[in-house]
Amino acid sequence: MSSTRLTHRAGTYGLLVPTILVLVVGMAYPLGRQLILSFQEFGRAQQFGQPAPFIGLDNYRELVTDRTMWAVISRSLAFCAVCASITMVLGTAFAVLMKAVSTVPRLTLQISMLLAWAMPVIAAMTAWQWLFDTRYGLVNWLLTKVGLSDFDDHNWLIEPLSFFFVAGVIVIWMSVPFVAFTAYAALSQVSEETLEASHLDGATAIQRFRHIIYPTIRPILTIVALLQIVWDLRVFAQINFLQNAGGTPSETHLLGTYIYSLGIGQNDYGAASAMAMFVLALTLVLTFRYVRSLLKEESR
Amino acid sequence: MNTRARAWGAIAVVLAIIWAFPVYWIVNSAFQPVEALRSPDPSFLPDFSAAGFSRVFDESFVDSLKLSLTVTLLAIVAAALCGFVAAVAISRFRFRGRKSFIFTVLAVQMIPPEALFISQYNMLSEWGLLNSVVGLGLLYTALILPFTVWMLRGFVDGIPIDLEEAAMTDGCSRTRAFFTITFPLLAPGLVASGVYGFLQAWNEYTLAVVVMDPSNRTLPLWLKGLTDVSNEAVDWPAVMAGATMVATPVIILFMIVQNRMTSGMVSGAVKG
Repeated sequence: MSSTRLTHRAGTYGLLVPTILVLVVGMAYPLGRQLILSFQEFGRAQQFGQPAPFIGLDNYRELVTDRTMWAVISRSLAFCAVCASITMVLGTAFAVLMKAVSTVPRLTLQISMLLAWAMPVIAAMTAWQWLFDTRYGLVNWLLTKVGLSDFDDHNWLIEPLSFFFVAGVIVIWMSVPFVAFTAYAALSQVSEETLEASHLDGATAIQRFRHIIYPTIRPILTIVALLQIVWDLRVFAQINFLQNAGGTPSETHLLGTYIYSLGIGQNDYGAASAMAMFVLALTLVLTFRYVRSLLKEESR
Repeated sequence: MNTRARAWGAIAVVLAIIWAFPVYWIVNSAFQPVEALRSPDPSFLPDFSAAGFSRVFDESFVDSLKLSLTVTLLAIVAAALCGFVAAVAISRFRFRGRKSFIFTVLAVQMIPPEALFISQYNMLSEWGLLNSVVGLGLLYTALILPFTVWMLRGFVDGIPIDLEEAAMTDGCSRTRAFFTITFPLLAPGLVASGVYGFLQAWNEYTLAVVVMDPSNRTLPLWLKGLTDVSNEAVDWPAVMAGATMVATPVIILFMIVQNRMTSGMVSGAVKG
């Protein structure tokens, strides 16, 4: 009996082996390497086989004292904060709107949101690049048409602030649908009877939102906001694409593109690893409680 | 009240038009002759000139299509095989370390590619796997596997174990009971997780930029490559035709699994 149980247990662990193997080779091993790399001097010479000397915390010290890196971090945090909060507000508003209108406008809005959501990121980027094109872009044409002649042949990507405006529009356009659909699903859990009763008692729309609707959808909104923050911190594809389309890389780097340019661009793998460890730590701190709550739900 | 409801309805429709407009603009521009896109005034209705498509449908597109399909299929199949057995283990058995395993699977999903790609690049470079299907496929498998495990687990959970036990009382072995009773019921789960993996790998850009050479591009890199000429020279009808071709399969698949995506992303994955 005990021997069959033993083989049984060994078999169970055997089922986990392929997954563990993939995760170790694809993630855990690079992660370990990266940790070591972040304490080493690893440049072009090391790429060609020279031994990499350990330099303690020098990479981290270099980063902490480096102006560029602080600029990148604050830029990333600001970009993330602006995009995530506008996305949350718009998404929730869209969900409330979907709930309030009749079937035809609701379906129209839902289909349109789905299209934007489903667009592969690079296909969407080409569309926006084309819309904001200097010579023939629709945005410049429209703004010139309504009398803002400054926008004739206006280059949107050359100024960092304007660059981030375009990037923000794209990121928000792509992320609002997810928030809207999730918030819409959460809104369906709000009790109609309570709403009706409060309506009869003379509560205004704003009061009803604050005291009945918002408390019900808050837990879901918190999770969505968290995911949004994590996603908006890592907008590599969008920034990299726009930099190629005419932005000034040195003034528009966010965390992801900065790590890329430090490491693969300038061959300073040690410093790039230190920066990547920082991004990793930041993400884990942000998401730790969420992952733990998922696990708790799981044991229930 | 009625006019107010109608006003909100109108607002919803206007917002819908604004949000879908970039997608419309891709399709519209794809069907314009190149002169139309270089005239001072834009054309808002498609011209049904397919010239853009024929210009963009060349050898480099076919090469990238093949590469994308190979890497994507490799990653989906590998993730489905590994994920399936792991999902069975955590759903059907209780064992020491089960919770840590689940925690790892969940936590790994949160790691952004940006936080690892430097040393993944280094690792593949050392193994001579840069710019290779195997290298990129490995990273993609690791990328989609955690979600696949979690999603399939939800499906295995949803199939009552009583069915298997009934078969076992009738004299089936446990393994046989699983494969004759439970496995066929899991087909929708495998399809759903496969579609999810497809969308991830097919659209992936960051790791592809890091790992692949300009000579060997997946579809997103190919599409971006079309705009990598001086601004004046971009052949916009062709780029938009390319975007249409890359996006169409994605949009169709996405529509099919959309419901599961919404709930899945919030709860870590789909439950039952």
